[in-house]
Amino acid sequence: MPRRHLAFWLRLAFLLGLAAALEVLCRTGSIPRLTMIPPSEMAARLAGGLWSGEYLADIGFTFANIGAAIAISIALGALLGLVIHALPRVRRLVDPMLASYYSVPTFVFYPLLIVLLGLTRWPLVAIGAMFGVVAMILNTINGLDRVPRALVKSGRVFRLSRWETVWRIKLPAAAPSLFTGVKLAVTYSVIGVIAGEFILSVAGLGRRIKLAYDNLDNPGMYALLLFVLTSTVLVYFFVHGWERRVHRRWRP
Amino acid sequence: MRASVPPAISGRQAADAVLFVAALAALWQGAHELVGKEGLASPLATFARAGALLGSASFWPHAGATGLAFVYALAVALAGGLAIGLALGYFRLAGEVFEPVVGAVYSIPKITLYPIILLLFGLTLSAKVAFGALHGIFPMIIFTMGGVKNAKPVLLKAARAMRLSPAASIRHILIPAALPEIFTGFRIGFSLTLLGTLIGELFASDRGLGFLLIRSIEHNDGETILALTVLLFAASATVGWALLRLDRRLRRHTEAEPASL
Repeated sequence: MPRRHLAFWLRLAFLLGLAAALEVLCRTGSIPRLTMIPPSEMAARLAGGLWSGEYLADIGFTFANIGAAIAISIALGALLGLVIHALPRVRRLVDPMLASYYSVPTFVFYPLLIVLLGLTRWPLVAIGAMFGVVAMILNTINGLDRVPRALVKSGRVFRLSRWETVWRIKLPAAAPSLFTGVKLAVTYSVIGVIAGEFILSVAGLGRRIKLAYDNLDNPGMYALLLFVLTSTVLVYFFVHGWERRVHRRWRP
Repeated sequence: MRASVPPAISGRQAADAVLFVAALAALWQGAHELVGKEGLASPLATFARAGALLGSASFWPHAGATGLAFVYALAVALAGGLAIGLALGYFRLAGEVFEPVVGAVYSIPKITLYPIILLLFGLTLSAKVAFGALHGIFPMIIFTMGGVKNAKPVLLKAARAMRLSPAASIRHILIPAALPEIFTGFRIGFSLTLLGTLIGELFASDRGLGFLLIRSIEHNDGETILALTVLLFAASATVGWALLRLDRRLRRHTEAEPASL
């Protein structure tokens, strides 16, 4: 336990030291203002922007897209995972595609999605969902593979229907793997949506960062970068901690 | 060694595969009919365009530019990720301190850091390389660190019993023990480095496949967009699949399925 605390304090000291070093380097001009502004100015600019409400619309746009992408990835991924797992013939066909899916730069499809869905929020939701859904499918299948046969058999003893078996036995037994899928779906959807906004979009945080960069508005750019990085790191620690708790509870 | 060779494909499986490809092509053609030529090029037109691209002299310098940046970026990601991952795995406290930091950085949308890379490096090859390596290095670190940390304690005890120096025990004990994990990190790092390099070219470059892609987007040239997409998809899926096969082969003694991050 003390060791864990030690690691925590050392980590905090490292991060604070890093911020302080950046601050000093920027203030003394070792890092030119055109490259980076001091972290304290980033934070001040961000606080000002949040207070005045000028970022609110873009934050809402991005968060709504991310939420939709996450919901679609998880629901569709779990459903497709169930279906593919139930049909071995289909599984053998799509298995190579699923396995090599993340070796393909998914963003090459983004321009295509814009052409198909128009320059609205929907290509963003779609690219986020495309990024997240396969992680959910893979982990659902993985989890279902590990459901102990004895559980399924006892379900048969109780004469459960097909859907009851899925709902009461298979999904709970596959829970740890499903949560890993959820964790990855969340992370990937966030990356997909923000990256899509950065590439081409009508609104959103990603677009805002790109605009600030194009207009040489360094303070605005770094303030928003700080916001995006902080919120994604918070999301990461939230889902990570949640997954760890689930895994600990489910371990037999 | 022959034991891991997959069984021959049965006639039914082959028929299923043909049906599957036909269904995909029909779906594509159907979508094309539905949204029209401007929305989505037909499969035939796309493959014709892809063939023309591969045959044209102006395509290959772009592919070469992407390839060069990718190789540099992969070398940086591999060497850096291996060194950092080994260090964090070997020195336990350092690993505990930095593991969450590395995981968190891995989870951020690195595309938003692109402006910083550009401000640091300008519109150069180095910017592309840095951006590719930035994507690929984190899975390398994470998996190398995990592999070293999960190496059996008895191996380290043996190293100590034989009075190996830290360098020798890393070289002769930890790297071989962590090799499957390191390879998984390399496999995932490989595709992410390619992604990073391509994204780098999308935004700020005057050559490369990413540049061709963004140019055809600006010219609203649907056929070329789709043809490039198909070519990139085919190339990276082929390499990715080959690496995955190798990965599974390396792990056949442990039964664990390679992670798919």
